Amino acid sequence: MTTTSGNRGLVMDEPLLFEQDAPGRCGVDLETPEGRPLKLGGLERKGAIGLPGLAEPQVVRHFTRLSQKNYAIDAGFYPLGSCTMKHNPRLNEKAVRMPGFALAHPLQPESTVQGALELIATLAHWLTTLTGMPGVAMSPAAGAHGELAGLMTIRAALTARGDARKKVLVPESAHGTNPATATLCDYAVESIPANERGRIDIEALKEALDQDVAALMLTNPNTCGLFEDEIVEVARLVHDAGAFFYGDGANFNAIVGRVRPGDLGIDAMHINLHKTFSTPHGGGGPGSGPVVLAESLVPFAPLPYVVAGEGGFRMVEHDPSGRSFGRLRAFHGQMGMFVRALAYMMSHGADGLRQVAEDAVLNANYVLARLKGAYHPSFDGPCMHECLFDDRTLKDTGVSTLDLAKALIDEGFHPMTMYFPLVVHGAMLIEPTETESKATLDQFCDTMLALMEKAQAGNAEWFHESPHLAPWRRLDETAAARNPVLTWSPEQGKNAAA
Amino acid sequence: MRYLPQTDDDRTAMLAAIGAAGIDDLYVDVPRSAWRDGLVDLPLHQGEMQVERALAAMAAKNLHGGNAPFFLGCGSYRHHIPASVDALIQRGEFLTSYTPYQPEVSQGTLQMLFEFQTMIAMLTGMEVANASMYDGASGTAEAVLMANRVTRRHRAVLSGGLHPHYRETVETYARYGEFEIVSRTPSPDGRDDLIEAIDGTTSCVVVQTPDLFGRPRDLTKIAEACHAAGALLVAVVTEVVSLGLLMPPGAMGADIVVCEGQSLGNPMGFGGPYVGLFATKSKYLRQMPGRLAGQTVDAEGRRGWVLTLSTREQHIRREKATSNICTNSGLCALAFTIHLALLGEEGFTTLARLNHEAAQRAAERLEQVKGVSVLNETYFNEFTLRLPRPAIGVVEDLAGRGILGGVPLARFHPDDPGLSDLMAVAVTEMTTAEEIAALADGLAEVLA
Ligand SMILES: Cc1ncc(COP(=O)(O)O)c(C=O)c1O
Repeated sequence: MTTTSGNRGLVMDEPLLFEQDAPGRCGVDLETPEGRPLKLGGLERKGAIGLPGLAEPQVVRHFTRLSQKNYAIDAGFYPLGSCTMKHNPRLNEKAVRMPGFALAHPLQPESTVQGALELIATLAHWLTTLTGMPGVAMSPAAGAHGELAGLMTIRAALTARGDARKKVLVPESAHGTNPATATLCDYAVESIPANERGRIDIEALKEALDQDVAALMLTNPNTCGLFEDEIVEVARLVHDAGAFFYGDGANFNAIVGRVRPGDLGIDAMHINLHKTFSTPHGGGGPGSGPVVLAESLVPFAPLPYVVAGEGGFRMVEHDPSGRSFGRLRAFHGQMGMFVRALAYMMSHGADGLRQVAEDAVLNANYVLARLKGAYHPSFDGPCMHECLFDDRTLKDTGVSTLDLAKALIDEGFHPMTMYFPLVVHGAMLIEPTETESKATLDQFCDTMLALMEKAQAGNAEWFHESPHLAPWRRLDETAAARNPVLTWSPEQGKNAAA
Repeated sequence: MRYLPQTDDDRTAMLAAIGAAGIDDLYVDVPRSAWRDGLVDLPLHQGEMQVERALAAMAAKNLHGGNAPFFLGCGSYRHHIPASVDALIQRGEFLTSYTPYQPEVSQGTLQMLFEFQTMIAMLTGMEVANASMYDGASGTAEAVLMANRVTRRHRAVLSGGLHPHYRETVETYARYGEFEIVSRTPSPDGRDDLIEAIDGTTSCVVVQTPDLFGRPRDLTKIAEACHAAGALLVAVVTEVVSLGLLMPPGAMGADIVVCEGQSLGNPMGFGGPYVGLFATKSKYLRQMPGRLAGQTVDAEGRRGWVLTLSTREQHIRREKATSNICTNSGLCALAFTIHLALLGEEGFTTLARLNHEAAQRAAERLEQVKGVSVLNETYFNEFTLRLPRPAIGVVEDLAGRGILGGVPLARFHPDDPGLSDLMAVAVTEMTTAEEIAALADGLAEVLA
């Protein structure tokens, strides 16, 4: 149905900011400048910028309307595999806004920021205790940045022993950031296949491990939602070859409080605070990716880091030993994420965090048990915090994983992760997290079962046209890429095709 | 536990449905040697009130921009954030959504990103901008990598006026990347021999404006020299408010512009999370790192947005991607966009002017303190003072009097005697006349 306004009930058609411009209008009241001569050396701006003028109520309404076009964990079930979309407590938001944290500047003298340094040191203690690793580099800005920190630490350690290894091994099932990071660290990437059980193929690993391998990057629990049950043997093989064992800790939620990566032989592992420790994803970031490190790697860790001394906490920004590989960003790290993560960890405590892992694993296995008659689990056995299906039971229906995902949108659920990991055809990776109730899981499973029945009954056309009820129908991604329109310009018609 | 909805009855029923005798059955794939039967050695769970008290006690130990005369800058600035910015970014639909992989239910984030990209292009005078990087420093490193790809050269020249954390970050990214970095040393007298350093192997020159000492830089000649040699000019802006008054780098010939966007919408927050702004020319689009929102239509012909050109990115290209970045600074970009939308053309340019004038008033007052001189002839909202003794000690003494006085440049370069008596002072629309007087009086006291 079309409407005159373009609105559809509570879903408002909202023009771009630039289309609401009135020159001279402003959403803040500032003082009037004195009109002093400029001291810019003649480098002042000559032309207008082109920013739109809106009053405060217009801006508030604009962004409120935009927000209403987003799905979110606050609003519903978000089983996006590998992303750990769990509830984001508002206590964490309150804590990060305490003026002592929010208004502190990163370059204040140490004596004036002892509380901030204490918070970083306390969070570091929680992370090292939970992982059973002696050190942690806190500065990385997200998981991929943590991977870079980890691989550079490894490379620095190898260089220090005069070992110029050239390769990093990455399983086929790995997240794309793993091989991309290895390249950024100037390593050649060698792919290791998965075995028929969805784990790393040990024989292939043995074959690939030679004197030229700097590290293996292994996600555990892996991206198929499985624990790498031969991990102790994997660690032994890697170490015997003189290489380091990098763990991708994106899936730490499955084991936090129950299993310590340090007990598995891992040398370095990043932790996505924005997954396991519930800092909000914010529509794509920011995150935080501290890397826990084994004793042998600690001296090579990035700058800066906090140390506790007699006179209080200190921030080490220059490495007297010259062994640190350097700095990865400005300042000290994602402090706002640290405050949130620590608030979350203290709330749960040692007991609650263990329960987090167990409920996350329970929920995923429950979904697996309920769906496995109609969907094809890619691998046997219990899963960890997420369950993986391939598209085998959709075969010959004319319905793809993508179509099914879009149909889920109509049912009020965010789709699962699709087509990842790459080792499975038409992958559907479902991660419920521990913050969902049994009632929600049941409603989701009932829906998934009904959709499969509908697909198998021959409603391909209906699926292809999904979503039908979402604020937007299916968007044309091909057109967007063929003729990229990445900024607004005055000439652009409001409803013109890209 | 308040964040966990399952009851014991639920758990029992679910285990039965799974066919497991207990939760341990689900962990059978974990090697027995790694099982931990007891709890880790950390405190037990606590209520909201207890956690809040514990964190408030830590926060209370910090002096900060809300309870002390405050003059720090160098890449992190104290600006006023309108109340509606924080209210809007805390809407759960923004705060608790993921990367907009499913565009039909993510148009809010996607439209915002398109607006953000457009604003960044406008501010910097460039044609395209991405959906954000982690921060200005890592964005600068990515810009150098991009310039290497575009030019197929491997030698970057860094200005001595580049923020030392940015320079160190670029050097880190270069460390194992088999390319050369030529870094100029920071020179208080304004010497920065960049043009001489350009040769036929140079991929880019990286110049910050205003620079570390606060001086706005004319990039025109450097851009000409770069282009004559087939190199790119990367311009870096650590104080984005300056673009309300200064000529945009694009108008001076920059090929890539990287900014730190913290100043708009985002609190100093002891250093992060911040938001890297990244803009370039359309012809270099396919070498750009990071996510991009692009316009398209849906099946009914309605305008909408999607993430696009992802064949540059890690999830598609893996080891051949232009960058490894995945999670970026989405929510900080939202805060930036809301703040800039509130300001608009008039507010943003006025804000910049207020900053510049406040800095002038401060410089005039501080220059009167005996033994203190202002290094800069030109500046935007930050300038450098030369003190009669090492600045680190002066800043400590000021802190002892409850004044957060500025950044001693020796903090970045402890071994460079030429910087030891220099202190960078930032002044914004937030800085009051009382604060300026407090700093002037404090300086007079500690230098007496
Ligand atoms: C398995 C895995 N590794 C690495 C990453 C990268 O983390 P980030 O997005 O924080 O950079 C992700 C998530 O996106 C992931 O799921």
